[in-house]
Amino acid sequence: MIAFVIRRLLQSLLVMLTVALLAFSMFTYLGDPVNSMVGQETSIEEREQLREALGLNEPVVVQFVNYVGRVLQGKFGISYRLGRPVNEILAERLPATLELSLVAALFSLVVGIPMGVYTGLHPGRWLSKFFLTVSLVGISLPTFLIGILLILVFGVVLGWLPTNGRGEVVDLGGWTTGLLTASGLKSLIMPAFTLGMFQLTLIMRLVRSEMLEVLRTDFIKFARARGLTNQAVNFGHALKNTMVPVITITGLQVGSIIAFAIITETVFQWPGMGLLFLQAIQFVDIPVMSAYLILVSFFFVLINLVVDLLYYVVDPRLRIDTRGVAGN
Amino acid sequence: MKLKALLLAGATTLAMVLPASAKDLTFAFQGDANSMDPYNLNETFTLGYLGNIYEGLTRRDHDLGIEPALAERWEILEPTRWRFHLRRGVKFHDGREFTADDVIFSAKRVRMDGSDLKTRISEDTEVIKVDDYTVDFVTGSPNPILHAEWESWYIMSKSWAEENNAVQPQQATADKENFATRHANGTGPFILKSRDIDVKTVAETNPDYWDNANKEHNLTSVTLTPIAQDATRVAALLAGQVDMAYPIPVQDMNRVDSNAGTSMLVGPELRTIFLGMDQRRDELLYSSVKGKNPFKDRRVRQAVYHAINVEAIKKVVMRGLSTPSAMMIAPGINGSSDQFKRLSFDRSKAKQLLADAGYADGFEVGMDCPNDRYVNDEAICQAVVSMLAKVGVRVNLLAQPKAKYFKKVLAPSLDTSFYLLGWTPGSFDSWNPLYNLHGCDDGTGRGKFNLGGYCNSRVDELTDKILSETDQAKRQTMMDEAWGITIDEIAYVPLHQQALAWGVRDGVNVKQRPDNQFKWRHVTVR
Repeated sequence: MIAFVIRRLLQSLLVMLTVALLAFSMFTYLGDPVNSMVGQETSIEEREQLREALGLNEPVVVQFVNYVGRVLQGKFGISYRLGRPVNEILAERLPATLELSLVAALFSLVVGIPMGVYTGLHPGRWLSKFFLTVSLVGISLPTFLIGILLILVFGVVLGWLPTNGRGEVVDLGGWTTGLLTASGLKSLIMPAFTLGMFQLTLIMRLVRSEMLEVLRTDFIKFARARGLTNQAVNFGHALKNTMVPVITITGLQVGSIIAFAIITETVFQWPGMGLLFLQAIQFVDIPVMSAYLILVSFFFVLINLVVDLLYYVVDPRLRIDTRGVAGN
Repeated sequence: MKLKALLLAGATTLAMVLPASAKDLTFAFQGDANSMDPYNLNETFTLGYLGNIYEGLTRRDHDLGIEPALAERWEILEPTRWRFHLRRGVKFHDGREFTADDVIFSAKRVRMDGSDLKTRISEDTEVIKVDDYTVDFVTGSPNPILHAEWESWYIMSKSWAEENNAVQPQQATADKENFATRHANGTGPFILKSRDIDVKTVAETNPDYWDNANKEHNLTSVTLTPIAQDATRVAALLAGQVDMAYPIPVQDMNRVDSNAGTSMLVGPELRTIFLGMDQRRDELLYSSVKGKNPFKDRRVRQAVYHAINVEAIKKVVMRGLSTPSAMMIAPGINGSSDQFKRLSFDRSKAKQLLADAGYADGFEVGMDCPNDRYVNDEAICQAVVSMLAKVGVRVNLLAQPKAKYFKKVLAPSLDTSFYLLGWTPGSFDSWNPLYNLHGCDDGTGRGKFNLGGYCNSRVDELTDKILSETDQAKRQTMMDEAWGITIDEIAYVPLHQQALAWGVRDGVNVKQRPDNQFKWRHVTVR
């Protein structure tokens, strides 16, 4: 087990290196950072000197090797746009993104699973049909449109919720949280809903189809024949057996929630890493972009690892298999 | 008696706790100031923001007239020697006294490596301390506009910079953050209180400001919340979460105006948007014409000019919010003149000129355009494309983000045949665009942004004289001649000055400066 975890973590290094290499080969297509770093009166020679000093004239491979070399020494560089160390900026932004992503994921699970169970158990009822129709909206409308519509309705017309930002945050020694203040919680509602909407639909539909599948199997029939209560059958047996695919999908989706928070963060001016990344792209802020991409790829690897470990918890067959293998 | 004293004491405490009028201003801009270091980036918003915290020797009022700031007065002793008498009793925000040493230090720091404002004081200018409150600037050659850009050459405290290891501006290649990147110690009317980059930057009024006797504003604090998305920024203004927001996209202006509680503040900006043509190469990089360059022929440039219906661009693309221009400078710029008129919109004349030049069937040319730099830049280019198509010039448009666009078209690559660009002279004087946009590109910096390579030695000669002529009337005559030549030769096709678009909550009174700088000292809040 420990060997497995270590192996996966080592693999993650390879993933991060590959992502960084891909990123570097794409940066050349983004444009020239130097023109955003200086004003219009800076001479061509000075621009050229700056380009030279930043190593932008080197071939991509050399730039990449130099970058990896610096990262190995713990130097992530200085943001071209903000003039501050990249690791500091990312550390400041990380709490905002993680908080938003986790709340969004939680929201999609807490609402999505019951809705999925309900529509699975009562496929014919009008409420199920209503859920399914509404969930189409979540799948088909692009995130930014949902976000802007929400802002328009709840921010501008009704004036209930703040249109942008994180509200007041509390600093818990390096970790800022908006979960402890009223304005922070209010600010979280719309972005979390926007970000979680797609996942909610996905989870609901997944749980529904899995439930329909499982409810037809023999062991459910036997359970009912044994005289177990509906609740025990539906939740104790049926739901538990739908969980493996749900965990897989949720795990993968948490990764993409973090990665795709970019759009939601931009629409709501949510001061997380996604917003930072988007601004970095516009500015061609190479140090920020590379560090962000490496960090996100690390998250993906980490989340997949957690998902793999969760299988063992949920599915007893896997546990037996490994023990059998170890025994041989 | 005792009760009375108690009540009085109570009232005093209350008055101290609750200031008579706590007026907080919150405003949104599309980005954040890049740095709090005033020499880091020569960019309008960053310098404009810092101009509320730092000050220069001179400043400009809301009509851009130069007025004394940290220098009480100045005189020109000889054409190459300016004497500045510094204001006495001015204190930096942390209490340090402002003296000539700070001016000398700032003059040194602004010309150091890492500074983006090196052009504020030329390299050969000597800065001499006469006494604690008098400084001489000795220039290599006479310069009548020496102080024109000094409003944004902010004076920093020498001892503060030394104590905090910020003697040099931030280096792009450094590993550490410079202290001045997030801390500010100026002499201005507002004091930087907290800085949360891209989220919230708060400044409070300076109770010891030297000019508080003439205070116009009634603010206690000013908060900047950057909002990158246009729609979100407009929503924040409509929802009353910010008191002021800019820029407002042209398509949302009606919405802001028709909303109860907000209105638009629109005015002409100093930036001129224009089209440039490659007149440098013998064969265009992107064209169907081989072996020769059609843009070298004045008739072709004139045909392009006649083919463009600038009023239609104003009406349709800019929704009325632009001022068509005959010159490459806006009316507020020193040297502008109303004697110049735009060439008429005349398609048959354009076709005739093209036929005369030997392109009766027109030709094909590639055009470069930014899509995130100026107001509706890509839409303007698309309009130009369809207008030119009507006279037979087929344009292949390449519109891309500014990071890519500028890399392609600016020196050293100059990889363009036909392009759209905007220009604001930082000094508000004609010399700047004549030198940068119209000078023959000789590798010395002259014609640095003359991407098309227009060149006329008489214009260069005049430009040099304009730089050192101190007699205003003579200067104006020379500027008229230089502009006359370049306009007659159609060095560029000027289009318009775009409009500034600020959205303001009712009850907030701001003054809009034509250079798009937001000065809080003119703001009153009800």
